[in-house]
Amino acid sequence: MIREIRSALSLVLVSTLVLGILLPMGFTELAQLVAPFEANGSLLTVKGRVIGSALIGQNFSGPGIDAARWFQPRPSALTGTNAKGQTIASPYDASESGGSNAGPTNKNMIDHVRARIAAYRAAYGPGPVPDDAVTSSGSGLDPDISVANALRQAPSVAQARHLPILLVRHLVRQSATHRWLGVIGTPHVNVLKLNLALTELNAR
Amino acid sequence: MTLHGLGAMTLVLVFVLAAAVPLGRYIASIFRGDIGFARPIERGFYRLCGIDPARQMGWQAYAIALLLLSAIHVLLLYAILRLQNDLPFNPQHIPAMAPMLAFNTAVSFATNTNWQAYTPEAQISNGAQMFGLMVHMFLSAAAGMAVAAALMRAFVRGGLTTLGNIYVDMTRITLCLLVPMALIAAILLLYAGVPQTFAPFASVHPLAGGVQTIARGPVALQEAIKELGTNGGGFFNANSAHPFENPTALTNCFEIVLMLVIGFALPITLGQMIGRPRDGIALFAAMALILGFAMVGDYAAEAGNNPILVHAGIAAQPGNMVGKEVRFGIAQSTMFNSAATGTSTGAVDSVTDSDTPLGGLVPLFLMQLDEVAPGGVGSGLYGIVLFALLAVFVAGLMVGRTPEYLGKKIQAREIKLAMLAILVQTIFILAGAGFSLLTTSGIGSLSNAGPHGLTEMLYGWTSATENNGSAFAGLSANTPLLDYGLGMAMLFGRFAVLIPVLAIAGSLALKPKLPSSSGTFPTDGGLFIGLLIGVIIILGGLQFMPADTLGPLAEQYLMNAGKSF
Repeated sequence: MIREIRSALSLVLVSTLVLGILLPMGFTELAQLVAPFEANGSLLTVKGRVIGSALIGQNFSGPGIDAARWFQPRPSALTGTNAKGQTIASPYDASESGGSNAGPTNKNMIDHVRARIAAYRAAYGPGPVPDDAVTSSGSGLDPDISVANALRQAPSVAQARHLPILLVRHLVRQSATHRWLGVIGTPHVNVLKLNLALTELNAR
Repeated sequence: MTLHGLGAMTLVLVFVLAAAVPLGRYIASIFRGDIGFARPIERGFYRLCGIDPARQMGWQAYAIALLLLSAIHVLLLYAILRLQNDLPFNPQHIPAMAPMLAFNTAVSFATNTNWQAYTPEAQISNGAQMFGLMVHMFLSAAAGMAVAAALMRAFVRGGLTTLGNIYVDMTRITLCLLVPMALIAAILLLYAGVPQTFAPFASVHPLAGGVQTIARGPVALQEAIKELGTNGGGFFNANSAHPFENPTALTNCFEIVLMLVIGFALPITLGQMIGRPRDGIALFAAMALILGFAMVGDYAAEAGNNPILVHAGIAAQPGNMVGKEVRFGIAQSTMFNSAATGTSTGAVDSVTDSDTPLGGLVPLFLMQLDEVAPGGVGSGLYGIVLFALLAVFVAGLMVGRTPEYLGKKIQAREIKLAMLAILVQTIFILAGAGFSLLTTSGIGSLSNAGPHGLTEMLYGWTSATENNGSAFAGLSANTPLLDYGLGMAMLFGRFAVLIPVLAIAGSLALKPKLPSSSGTFPTDGGLFIGLLIGVIIILGGLQFMPADTLGPLAEQYLMNAGKSF
């Protein structure tokens, strides 16, 4: 029995040292060497300022932001607490992640979606609303929207930025990622990259 | 449903099945000890740990070693989580984990469950993820495969009193299979955008103003073994829905392949080990049929969308996007969640709690079938062999033949042990969920009302008992009732199957190997595959029909009638 305990204990301890410390340390060194951009979170730098991660969505509405000038990402269900300890919405707070966990017959969720549909139609005109535009994502950090959603938003963004509608539509189509091998995934647009391209158009 | 989606599903499944065949042969050579490239490391390791590689162990010795290893895992992991604030690699200065939650987490990772009752970004340091959680992802996977190896050896010859050496099996599986595959996978994931850094969270200046803090860490390596070892414990709270764990649709397919490939390789390994490849292929086919059917069913349910929302004005296509990521869409999300619950991974790339009722029923039912399509690494193989024993027993009763499986006579002792393994889990799931819903604490943990609340609780107990770790994450599991209750369910769920399986292996190993005769029921043809699937669904699934009817099925009818809660 003593021998058994010794074998089991040393197996766990040696594995912890090798698999849990040496292996990840070595692999991190390698990663930093061969792919430093990806290894550090695909951070984008514009004029010396880190403006975000190419893979993580960010907020384009809220106090002090002219939302009409930006393509809007999906709703994010993330919450935080304010100074008084109350729960408040903190969309695209990438220090956390998660979805609403609301079930399909959750009244609260259905009411939220109804309100978002009304707001979307008020901003971008009548018609069926793309699913992704009014539902919150699984991560709360979804960087993408569907091409259909982006095209619906294009005229209003073009107007706010005094850009030709055709040019903005062209930009959306140009930024779209298509299906791998024609079948894997969905056509979508990265909102941060699209908005970044918009600011470059305006700067020209 | 679209042709694109079905095309992607076919592509991924065909790739997995094709890769599983050579991998299964390779694993057979590891189990036989024919793979030599890691011998020098192995020898050093045995000397360091005081392991005698020549020693042969019986089934009792296997069981004792497994219990010991698990006890040490739990204690060590508990200590690491409680002390993480004083240990290195904690750039965010995360405090020690509370005792109750640390117990739940330690048990969860030592049993290959990887249930996340904690919030990783705020409650686990990089260090605890690495030398706490990740080590157990390697070891619990290796332990599962070592038990599968022991069971396979029981069928090889007659009159065996020993099944091999569990320490040698675990060492070889880790060195020759898990570490090399995880490293290759981690490199590919890294290039696709999965981070691997010890730097603290990044602080960035978004385009529209303000400041955004972005959580990051040594993700890529953990992500690789998380899928490969069918563990499922994510680096982030959102698990594989998080863009840093799963950046593109292509990485999503890759992670699905990683989850499935060893599970599908093991029946091929069994066929190789006993020299009857067709019998291995029969188990493989049963697994593939159940999984393929589940994937398509899940896809159809989610593509059907939520009629209440469609009525409110959203487009009917592509389908229910609540809790899903745009880059994956419906097909990729349902494929991932079916693969994660057909195995014991339990990772999610979309929120299962927000699935349509039938869409949520598919992963729930896959877990209730004891995860044999293709199941966790090792646990899927011994799970389906239990069902195969029951299937030949049922066939024997019908035609009056003595049941035999792979040349071994199946008698009362084996059938009793197999039924024990299957029934104990059912009792834990139904009694646990039922009891929890009678308490105020249990009701307080639910985040959805109506039948969906019942499903949330049932899903939680099913996932814990089956060592899966997938969750209807609206359930607040960090309460005394659920931290301790689900923790116990994970332990019983693991050992109430492992020990009977080892006992069956011990008893079968002793029996003489019979040549097949005209009286033997063939276990390598279509008839057996059909019978096996029938036994899995009837014995594994039927016990849950009443509960599943009150939860997901009732909710589906109410949703179609436009009811909300």
